[in-house]
Amino acid sequence: MRNGLRRLGLALVSVLGAAATATATAQEPDKFRFPPPELGPDYRQPETAFPAVRELLPPLADAAVLALALGLAAFLVHRHRRRSALLALTIAGVAWFGWLREGCICPVGSLQNVAQATADPNAPILVATILFFVLPLAAALFTGRTFCSGVCPLGAIQELVLLRPLRLPHWLAAGLSVLPVVYLLLAVLFAATGAGYLICRYDPFVGLFRLSATTNMLVVGGSLLVIAVFVGRPYCRFLCPYSVLLDWASRLSTRTVTISPVGCATCRLCEDRCPYDAILVPNAAAVAKSRLRGRTALVLLLAATPLLVAGMAWAGTHLGPWLASAHPRVALAEQVEAEQQGRARETTDASDVFRASGEKIEALLADAEDRRGTMALGSGIAGACLGLWLGLRLVGLGLRRTRRDYTADPATCLACGRCYEWCPVELERRRTGRAPEVRG
Amino acid sequence: MTVSRREFLRASGRGAACVGLGAAGTALALGRGAVAGELVWQIDPGKCVACGNCETHCVLQPSAVKWGHTHAMCGRCAFCFGYYDLRAGSAAHAGVEYQLCPTHAIERSYLGGPYFEYVIDEGACIGCGLCVKGCTSSGNGSLFLQVRHPRRGQRGAADGTCVNCNECAIARSCPSGAFVRVPADDPYPFGRQRGGGA
Repeated sequence: MRNGLRRLGLALVSVLGAAATATATAQEPDKFRFPPPELGPDYRQPETAFPAVRELLPPLADAAVLALALGLAAFLVHRHRRRSALLALTIAGVAWFGWLREGCICPVGSLQNVAQATADPNAPILVATILFFVLPLAAALFTGRTFCSGVCPLGAIQELVLLRPLRLPHWLAAGLSVLPVVYLLLAVLFAATGAGYLICRYDPFVGLFRLSATTNMLVVGGSLLVIAVFVGRPYCRFLCPYSVLLDWASRLSTRTVTISPVGCATCRLCEDRCPYDAILVPNAAAVAKSRLRGRTALVLLLAATPLLVAGMAWAGTHLGPWLASAHPRVALAEQVEAEQQGRARETTDASDVFRASGEKIEALLADAEDRRGTMALGSGIAGACLGLWLGLRLVGLGLRRTRRDYTADPATCLACGRCYEWCPVELERRRTGRAPEVRG
Repeated sequence: MTVSRREFLRASGRGAACVGLGAAGTALALGRGAVAGELVWQIDPGKCVACGNCETHCVLQPSAVKWGHTHAMCGRCAFCFGYYDLRAGSAAHAGVEYQLCPTHAIERSYLGGPYFEYVIDEGACIGCGLCVKGCTSSGNGSLFLQVRHPRRGQRGAADGTCVNCNECAIARSCPSGAFVRVPADDPYPFGRQRGGGA
């Protein structure tokens, strides 16, 4: 009722004041509905200031700090090899990249800027953002996932709350590890088509770094942190889209985490200690037994991969038009169409603005149809990628590679350094500086 | 020196990845959209319809959007459409219950004659835009919404100023596309053109 009255009043006054335009500027005082008064020489108009933005660091210096942090992480993981130092880096990572920098821009989010700028050359992208995307991947190509160890604030905050690690059943962990790939493909698809930045929208911890967020963000971030007390780094392992790229880069890396560079006593203390299921266990006996069966499975899986790719691509193409509704322009077209056909109960701000703009409805609908087509094509490609990834993953499971020692899996090891402190060979090496006799 | 097949494949993959990353990064950095400096979010008052999303959609609570005022455009009306609810009729001295601003962030002082001056209490402003809507639709349009950025000695979230999200949550919900990115060394270009501060 109150709003209705106010609207009615506003409408009346608007009609009365229609001769004047609201867009008059200070230079044309006669155009004002209510001309500014002459207030005499003693009147001092309030000062208006345009203060510069205070930046914590200029963007390129910001990227330089990231490069330094990556270098330090690599040194601590591969040379210094102490859990305590890595823990200190983790705390510093949360403090600087999280709390002080307040999150944006981060390498995880930057992949969307890169995707959008690749698809649309006119989309603005900061040089610093490109560096934020490239630097951790370049580091992973030569030092493994050292970025994850304590530089990334999202990983670091979860690392710090992991107090009672539980081991997830293997099938569950393997199943959940598909999520980051799906998330990555969706995020790239949305960013490239201009439908928005999903990763930023659902960033769980940025609100905690800023100590200010909407209730939803705090609830999601808080619950994920509670899970992280028991399950090691749930976001990194089962959601983080950037982790997919780091995983690939780390597989190709020259150096990856070695539990002890001088040998393995096959005591499996490291496996017990690793909260991320990132230790590959010796399998010589099992491989010898199942080699023949494995080969048959491999052939079947290789044959199934093209089917998987085709099926997923088909599903993606059909999902596309539905996904396209997330694009603001397509959503507007749907709203305007619904209004035209009398299906919409009331107009939205966006549709009011559209009608006031004088743009043709046909043009909007054609634009939306165009975007639906692009989204269908994009999600078809994304589906094919997911199919290919699944196929390769299954083939990878079929491949039997003989391992005699406990080793850190380059793809999933987050370089936290826990195993360094539990490996008796490593502790002996640290004490004496020599390799102990581990095999008689 | 012998290189195993696995090692060879890994080295080739690594080389390809290095070349790919380097080429993609360089192409983007030299591309049309590349920006060497920093960009910040700002509202184009010419497009803003004061819908109220700024108050409700900002990741900060309260919002980093505040009102700006071009004093040179202000009619200094006794009955200000940005200050009073229309239910107050035309009573120039209506009670506090008729004020539009939900947080009483507008400070009004008497200038003499039928004129008053209106100044923002930035700490109290929540960026709802009710005053902007009133002033734009019925008055001179001297009020406008602006994203407030941290000044020297301020921190983004701690001082309720813009934290420059990669994807601005208000921009996403803005019905009129009024949110744009502007160079950080000139963060209030629209306010500067109009001569009103933020």
